[in-house]
Amino acid sequence: MKEYFQNIWYGLTTVLIGMRVTFKHLFVPAVTIQYPDVKLKLPERERNRLYVNMDDCIGCDQCARACPVDCIAIETVKSIPGEDLGKTSNGKKKALWVTKFDIDIAKCCFCQLCVFPCPTECIYMTDVFEFSEFERDKLVYNFVTLTQSEIEDKKANYAKLEAEKAAQKAANATSVKPAEKEENKQ
Amino acid sequence: MIIYDFLYKFVFNITQSAAIGDITAMIISGALPLLILVLPFTLVAVWLERKVSAHMQDRLGPMRTGSHGWLQTVADLIKLLQKEDIVASDNDRPLFNLAPILVFAGSYLVFAALPFSSAYIGSNIDLGIIFIIAASGFVVAGILMAGWSSNNKYSLLGAMRSAAQIISYEIPTILVILTIIMITGTTNLRTLSEMQTGHFWNWMIFGGAGLSLSKFLFIPFMLIGFVILYISTLAEVNRTPFDIPEAESELVSGYHTEYSGMKFAMFFLAEYANMFAVSAIVSAIFFGGYQSPIGYLGNTLGLPWMIPIEQFLWFASKGVFFVLVQMWLRWTLPRLRVDQLMALCWKYLIPIAFVNLIIVGLITVL
Amino acid sequence: MAIKTEEMVLNMGPQHPSTHGVLRLELVLEGEIIQKVIPHIGYLHRCFEKHCEAMTYPQVIPYTDRMDYLAAMGNEFGYAITVEKLLGIQLPERVEYIRVIMGELQRIASHLVAIGTYGADIGAMTPFLFAFRDREVILNLFEITCGARMLYNYIWVGGLSHDLHPDFVRLTREFIKYFRPKIVEMNELLSTNRIFIERTANVGVLPLETAINFGITGPMLRGSGFKWDLRRDDTYSVYNKFDFDIPVGEGKVGTVGDCWDRYYVRILEMGESLKIIEQALDQLPEGDVTSAIPKRIKPPVGSVYKRVENPRGELGYFIISNGTTSPFRVKVRAPSFVNLGIMDVLCKNHMVADVIAILGSVDIVLGEVDR
Repeated sequence: MKEYFQNIWYGLTTVLIGMRVTFKHLFVPAVTIQYPDVKLKLPERERNRLYVNMDDCIGCDQCARACPVDCIAIETVKSIPGEDLGKTSNGKKKALWVTKFDIDIAKCCFCQLCVFPCPTECIYMTDVFEFSEFERDKLVYNFVTLTQSEIEDKKANYAKLEAEKAAQKAANATSVKPAEKEENKQ
Repeated sequence: MIIYDFLYKFVFNITQSAAIGDITAMIISGALPLLILVLPFTLVAVWLERKVSAHMQDRLGPMRTGSHGWLQTVADLIKLLQKEDIVASDNDRPLFNLAPILVFAGSYLVFAALPFSSAYIGSNIDLGIIFIIAASGFVVAGILMAGWSSNNKYSLLGAMRSAAQIISYEIPTILVILTIIMITGTTNLRTLSEMQTGHFWNWMIFGGAGLSLSKFLFIPFMLIGFVILYISTLAEVNRTPFDIPEAESELVSGYHTEYSGMKFAMFFLAEYANMFAVSAIVSAIFFGGYQSPIGYLGNTLGLPWMIPIEQFLWFASKGVFFVLVQMWLRWTLPRLRVDQLMALCWKYLIPIAFVNLIIVGLITVL
Repeated sequence: MAIKTEEMVLNMGPQHPSTHGVLRLELVLEGEIIQKVIPHIGYLHRCFEKHCEAMTYPQVIPYTDRMDYLAAMGNEFGYAITVEKLLGIQLPERVEYIRVIMGELQRIASHLVAIGTYGADIGAMTPFLFAFRDREVILNLFEITCGARMLYNYIWVGGLSHDLHPDFVRLTREFIKYFRPKIVEMNELLSTNRIFIERTANVGVLPLETAINFGITGPMLRGSGFKWDLRRDDTYSVYNKFDFDIPVGEGKVGTVGDCWDRYYVRILEMGESLKIIEQALDQLPEGDVTSAIPKRIKPPVGSVYKRVENPRGELGYFIISNGTTSPFRVKVRAPSFVNLGIMDVLCKNHMVADVIAILGSVDIVLGEVDR
């Protein structure tokens, strides 16, 4: 019998205590904000959309190798002697034409592993987080600054150089070849 | 009543036909509470619920549609209106379509007997309270129909729980109302309200009018009765902590899981209409109904036509107050389990209501 | 005439508000009484273990984050110390202290979600939002430190990705001051509420013997009244330098090992975590956090098992190295997965509504169950 009334008592009092807590909160200012109108200031280490500063990129492919989800695709073409590619902001000399630097941000897992190995600090994460698109293809970002014709130009230049080298090699080889053949025969 | 008479005369003068006048006046005076009370109240109450819950949880709630989001419910209603009405292929179509109408009609029927003011009661029947209880029990049929015809196990469980719950909780409700009937000797809600006229100490919660010894003896028992009535009506409208039929985290949303668009909106409207209805009953029985606690401005100013309007405002504000308490409870409490709900009813509320009834009866005899 | 009765099979999930993700429970019901519970898992399987074999050691860390995504710091912590054991690296003191602080903050954040969602499962929405409000403060602390809010990639093999933010210590102290009253408030609103007690006390009682037989760990085991905490009993990092209690279930409102006990152990653990953080902040040494990070992680051939106390229980990593830069095999002993196995035993002869209460008190994260 005692337990019966105790139950009633606890039931009523704990409900009232709970009601007191919620009532107090009616007058506590809200912690939420009106998001698109009001935006929070993001901290400086914010890890959102990747950005590549192509002026500094030397095409070393380290970021692509660090990426656990393979969202960075880099292709490079060697420069031919006499071409000046300029220097990066921290004094490294560029030697490669970066003909492709695509980041598929839809694949990106925002782990920041690509940022640390970069020798010129040209790839980094920005605080831009509103970049949704209606088409998935638009989430593949191209960072290459060269135009398509320039890329073809560079490729052609390098191919030409290679071809010249190969021809040189072949020329050298043919001069040696007969001797080799003779040796083989013996 | 006044509105009915006025309309009747108006239509009769035009058409010179008693039958047409009668029917038109009935329809219009019957539709009035729907248009001037149920729909606007629901719109406001849904918005209030959102805002109250938001502020209790340190949130802002709807803020965009209108100032502080007051148009949010209207926007939602428009959205629901233009939504596709989905009926699954295995649903029992006739029952499925009938259920929301029945539930809504059941809760709307209650409004017919509510004493909004001394000048306007949809139907001033002598068995007012009994009618309200009967009509609100009507909802069970609709809910069972909805649960069964949805052909969904969750809906069925929800509907069965709801039926068990509503029927059980009618007992303590009736027992408390019986206590009141015993004291006042009337089941007419208007008479009951008129008995509590004057100031707030004449309300039933303070033992009713008069200054006899029994009035003071009644007070503690009236308080117990009020708490029991409030809890059991809360259970009857399926609100937290008794929202087991809808139990979002268990049964997804119970008997109205399968409904979409306007049919869902009808369940929704019915729920909020019901909330107001039971709050109005509680205030009519214990808190003087449409009577002002402090006297009327119309009397002081000598403008008797103002009194019914004031009474209406008092009635509405008392109702809204209890609705707000319901919301407050909802955003504070967890939900009971179905067997605990039954235990609360049969082990606690009914015995206490019974003892209360007997004691009040003895005091009345004294 | 014989009336034929049959059991009703109710599918709970994979889309259900209370299964905490994509878990499917097949409930065999008689009326509303549970006869049998069959959990079906695998809806969130992402081949974590197989994936690791194609990754280098540092590349695995972002993947470990995605197992128990509510306690990502704990997962990284466990993985990092396992690989460090394989490599035999000595860490700077500061790294260890920061790891402990992060781990404990993460434990509070994770328990807040557990408690909040438990409240929501039982039907009280307000504690849920209160819990998330407080968790947000912790996530902000993580955000200023490493830039991410959930999947940090912060604890690296041999060190940390960043040093603490200059404001971190001050903000953490402010958080501790802010958070203590919130625990009291949570107790007032939920823990002591009679309806909540009715719903959780004496429900899903887990006797200690059963718990040990099923390999249950973490707050569930402690809820059954056994003082077992890897931070103390198989100490790692610098946990042996701190003074903290191990709360256990006492059956205050019901039987030892019921849902309420499991819930309340989590509440008490948050207080203990606050204690550890306070001590760690007081003792925090100066130093460099990246100096011990190896340039190239190529552990010697061998295998190692190491376990840590995650918010959900014992998280173990078993790594086999074949001397290359990527692991030969990574096996994870996921606490949620093991704890989920007891659902059938706990739920028998309870009602449908209790399944929710029991599942909530087991506190699973599907990302970890399925991996």
